[in-house]
Amino acid sequence: MASTQKIRQRIRSIQNTVKITKVMEMIAASRMRRAQERALMARPYAEKMQAVLANLAAQLQAGDGLHPLLSKRPVNKIAIIHITSDRGLCGGLNINVNHLSGNFILSQDVEVGIIAVGKKGRDFMSRAERGIIAEFLGLGDKPSIEDVRAIARLVIDDYTNGSIDHVKVVYPKFVSTTMQEPTMEELLPVTPNPDLSGNVQYIYEPTAGDVLDQLLPRYVEMGIYHALLETIASEQSARMVAMRNATDNANEMIEDLTLEYNKARQNMITTELLEITGGVSALK
Amino acid sequence: MKLNFDIVTAERIVYSDEVDVVVAPGMEGQLAILPNHAPLMTMLQPGELMVRKDGEESFMFVSGGFLEMMPNKVTILADTAERADEIDAARAEDAMKRAEQRLQSRPADLDSTRAEVALRRSMTRLKVAERRRRRAQTG
Repeated sequence: MASTQKIRQRIRSIQNTVKITKVMEMIAASRMRRAQERALMARPYAEKMQAVLANLAAQLQAGDGLHPLLSKRPVNKIAIIHITSDRGLCGGLNINVNHLSGNFILSQDVEVGIIAVGKKGRDFMSRAERGIIAEFLGLGDKPSIEDVRAIARLVIDDYTNGSIDHVKVVYPKFVSTTMQEPTMEELLPVTPNPDLSGNVQYIYEPTAGDVLDQLLPRYVEMGIYHALLETIASEQSARMVAMRNATDNANEMIEDLTLEYNKARQNMITTELLEITGGVSALK
Repeated sequence: MKLNFDIVTAERIVYSDEVDVVVAPGMEGQLAILPNHAPLMTMLQPGELMVRKDGEESFMFVSGGFLEMMPNKVTILADTAERADEIDAARAEDAMKRAEQRLQSRPADLDSTRAEVALRRSMTRLKVAERRRRRAQTG
């Protein structure tokens, strides 16, 4: 049995760990709330935009020459926008996302390029020696739409000049505090949802085509921004849960060790008593 | 009869209220919208946006976006939008000076349309902020 002093040292070190994990849990909880709020704030814009796009697409369907961002074409190269967190200590969150992208890449016959957003995914992809087209790291907890614009411009340009034919976004979707689901969504070509068009006959100014030209890039930005916000909410909630588990485990360990410590102490006292009584009886 | 008016950006809801008139910087010129307008969808240029509610006018800056008009409901999907009281005048002035300098010195990599847009944007932003200041002094 370990000496009482050793056990005491261990207990103290675990108590320090508990302090850290507990604080991390609380920080993650408050950040999660804010991240969720931010994701909610972005929703009206996204919904409106989808409706407008559906409307426009319905109107332009008859027209000749589909907009390049709307037209499907044979796929020779796929790009994945792979969104993960910059930091770890959030359970299996990033691993699950990495696996989803990884399995997808392995299942494809065509070349797949990676646009890595977040450090954990970048590290994974560079370890796996996959073609990384670009990386965006350190966007932080409060990314602005400006941060996303660069990513959107990159994929739009590459899509328009034909160097990629399909773009997907992979990110951990926020389902609930205890559940995040790695998700893969199509970003380009843009597929409007015809159910959303309210069948309103708008007057377009300057023309429907011009509006569409302006709207589609915004729509792509929105798609990426949304995925990024979800990732942040997922990261914080995953971290909160991971840290709570860590705290619980540590407390359990402290309990076990305390028991062990008491036993060891009792043993020591018993031995000492035995020695004294032994010594006394020897003197008689 | 009131207009239901919202300005939303990707990041937040900037303004949401019932108003009497909206004056917006449309692509084809200033655009005043009263209740019961026909359905309209227009692009916006960077500029000043005015709404009047019960005789009280408030000003905002939009850097571009879309305006959707449904009967009695106006929604602006703005790239960015700021209420006059949120505008940081010092920052806008800095941006204006920077853009001016860039246009004058003409570096080799100059994207002149972008620089001009930046200049116009910062000037409008200043104008909106200025108007609010004057109003505060007189009123």
